[in-house]
Amino acid sequence: MSTSVASPGRNMPSLVLWALVGALGVFALVTLATARGESVNAIWLVSAATCVYLIAYRFYSLFIAQWVLRLDPSRATPAHRHNDGLDYVPTDKYVLFGHHFAAIAGAGPLVGPVLAAQMGYLPGTLWLLAGVVFAGAVQDFLVLFISTRRDGRSLGDLIKTEMGRAPGVIAMVGILAIMIILLAVLALVVVKALADSPWGAFTVFATLPIAVFMGVHGRYLRPGRIFEMSAIGFALLIASIALGRNVAESATLAPLFTFKGETLAFMLIGYGFVASVLPVWLLLAPRDYLSTFLKIGTILSLALGILFVWPVLHMPAVSRFIDGSGPVFSGSVFPFLFITIACGAVSGFHSLVASGTTPKMIANEQQTRFIGYGAMLMESFVAIMALIAACVLEPGVYFAMNSPPALIGVTPDAAASAISAWGFAITPETLADVASQVGEKTILSRTGGAPTLAVGMATILASVVGGSGAMSFWYHFAILFEALFILTTIDAGTRVARFMIQDLIGTFAPAFRRTQAWIPNLAATGIAVTGWGWFLYQGVIDPLGGINTLWPLFGIANQMLAAIALTLCAVVLFRMKRQAYALVAVVPMAWLYVCTLTAGVEKIFHDNPRIGFLAHARIFGDAAGRGELLAPAKTAVEMQRIVFNDYVDVTLCAIFIALVLSMLVYGLIAIRAALRADTVTTKEAGDELHDLRTAGARS
Amino acid sequence: MSCTICGLPALDLERLAGKLRAGARLMVGQPDYDLYVAHRRARHADAAVMTREEFFFERQARRFGEGGSRAFRCC
Repeated sequence: MSTSVASPGRNMPSLVLWALVGALGVFALVTLATARGESVNAIWLVSAATCVYLIAYRFYSLFIAQWVLRLDPSRATPAHRHNDGLDYVPTDKYVLFGHHFAAIAGAGPLVGPVLAAQMGYLPGTLWLLAGVVFAGAVQDFLVLFISTRRDGRSLGDLIKTEMGRAPGVIAMVGILAIMIILLAVLALVVVKALADSPWGAFTVFATLPIAVFMGVHGRYLRPGRIFEMSAIGFALLIASIALGRNVAESATLAPLFTFKGETLAFMLIGYGFVASVLPVWLLLAPRDYLSTFLKIGTILSLALGILFVWPVLHMPAVSRFIDGSGPVFSGSVFPFLFITIACGAVSGFHSLVASGTTPKMIANEQQTRFIGYGAMLMESFVAIMALIAACVLEPGVYFAMNSPPALIGVTPDAAASAISAWGFAITPETLADVASQVGEKTILSRTGGAPTLAVGMATILASVVGGSGAMSFWYHFAILFEALFILTTIDAGTRVARFMIQDLIGTFAPAFRRTQAWIPNLAATGIAVTGWGWFLYQGVIDPLGGINTLWPLFGIANQMLAAIALTLCAVVLFRMKRQAYALVAVVPMAWLYVCTLTAGVEKIFHDNPRIGFLAHARIFGDAAGRGELLAPAKTAVEMQRIVFNDYVDVTLCAIFIALVLSMLVYGLIAIRAALRADTVTTKEAGDELHDLRTAGARS
Repeated sequence: MSCTICGLPALDLERLAGKLRAGARLMVGQPDYDLYVAHRRARHADAAVMTREEFFFERQARRFGEGGSRAFRCC
């Protein structure tokens, strides 16, 4: 605690500098907010975001570090106390920042903002900025700090020791539920991007033999040469994108790689099963190398592209769909905008990363601020870039790509007239032109965010490299990159879910814990794959596109996990007797409880059948009772299945609500107990060492 | 070494490249092998030390395998 937060007078140049950053940020935000009618340059969005991040990092995170947590640079971290050269290694803070960022940044921050763009760029931007500063980055920072002071233990473990056994088990169930929904929704994004796209499907299929070749290379030919094998893999990937064009144009090959959504769903389910039982070096690990490096590279090139091109945002600041009637996701700004943009603003999943490998490598406790708070700001910036990529498209093109066929039909003519009637003028020719520029037969109803982002990225990158002729290459490059890292998440995630299921069942039948044994292994993998596969299949055959149903469920699950993690943070602050500062965790926690509970209740009970599952079930149930068929059902059995699915979704929402409410109760009980105690009740590892050292220093 | 005009430390390219390389390897779950060896020599002088390849395979298996170092990856 050598420096204080704001020291006016003592450090004039710094004060002037920060005043300038603040002024620029305010000016940029005002420019964004007051733009009416004319298009705004994306550079204002970048400036506003950067200034907000800088100020938040410099002041708010320092306040948390010095006043709330009182980070102590002299305290021994787990990396020092348990140093084994493997899991526990004191690591350079920039190197560890990269590790942590690569683990938290994925497809989530790229998809959510694209969907949220239907309300205009402003609502999404404001939530991304406010959410990350006061909720997301705070959560990551606090959890990383708490885990670092407790031997780098996991979130479930921490909840168990700080709050009790029951909440620990509840949190584990919650984590498993969010994994299953996450995998389903990500798989759905891939299906939506590859359906009826021979070029895309071919390149993604090509990654399988490429990964196996890399795996063999890294295992037997040149063990451990990660960069060499990744370079070879990357060259082969680029070749497969180039080759994909020929496949798509060939009359004999194109049909072989043209798949319906249902077929792709079953392929993915089979793939998830196989990939998670195969030895990791063969498929999983090499895919991980490719997708991780590709992810970082693509994020960097998108950032450079935006800075170089200065694209103009064509989406209005606030669109008419702010009223909740939009085609991309249903429901009003509150709570559904805050559910749709989870990653990038606040993502509960990060609490697993922040209590996973990172805390075991922190060299000095003070670095939790840079790594925990800083990396989350960076992810928020990725989300801002995704928002920019979606908003540089003509709004008409954006809505054509993201609206379900039930609303805009299946031909360019029908889509153009439907979308023009919404007030976003577009011609059928423009829609056909964009499709042919990116090398696809159609761009209509390519929901799920990934294709939209790909067109946006292609527009930006093609104006730097290659011109409009390169649009189709950049489009398929972007699709491949998204599909690749989503698939890596799916196979790695299926494995993680498998271990969690083995752990959970093992609580009651210890033999099930043996991860090397075939029967528990296959059984748990089967349960995991069936779980997400079921939701995936429902999403694929959903007439409203599936994303409409699944993304809110995923958002609710992810925010619910964030609420649980922030409850832990609040409880720990009270147990540390830092209740004076507990609002730092309590405010975002309360906000997330309000959001997830409102959204959960609305998803169940809302009168609008596009929002409420019960209303939807009632419409289909009544029609089935009268012997009528409603699209997309073609038989009475399908009608019944739609009703059944609605009830499953209702049950899932109800489980989420019950989980969240019980965690809230346990949280309040723990806080009350902490307030009644006279002393610090939490137990941190490394206290003894610390005491010895300070005693030594005193004497 | 620092710049004679602006006073900022000169850019140490070798160090920078080393950090980038270590960062990229750690992103995919491979910690520094030399640090591992140094640690084993210093603390467990009589115990066996994995070769570079064994170390690579062990870390690869652990990243997606069971145990505490299982990597969570976000959406």
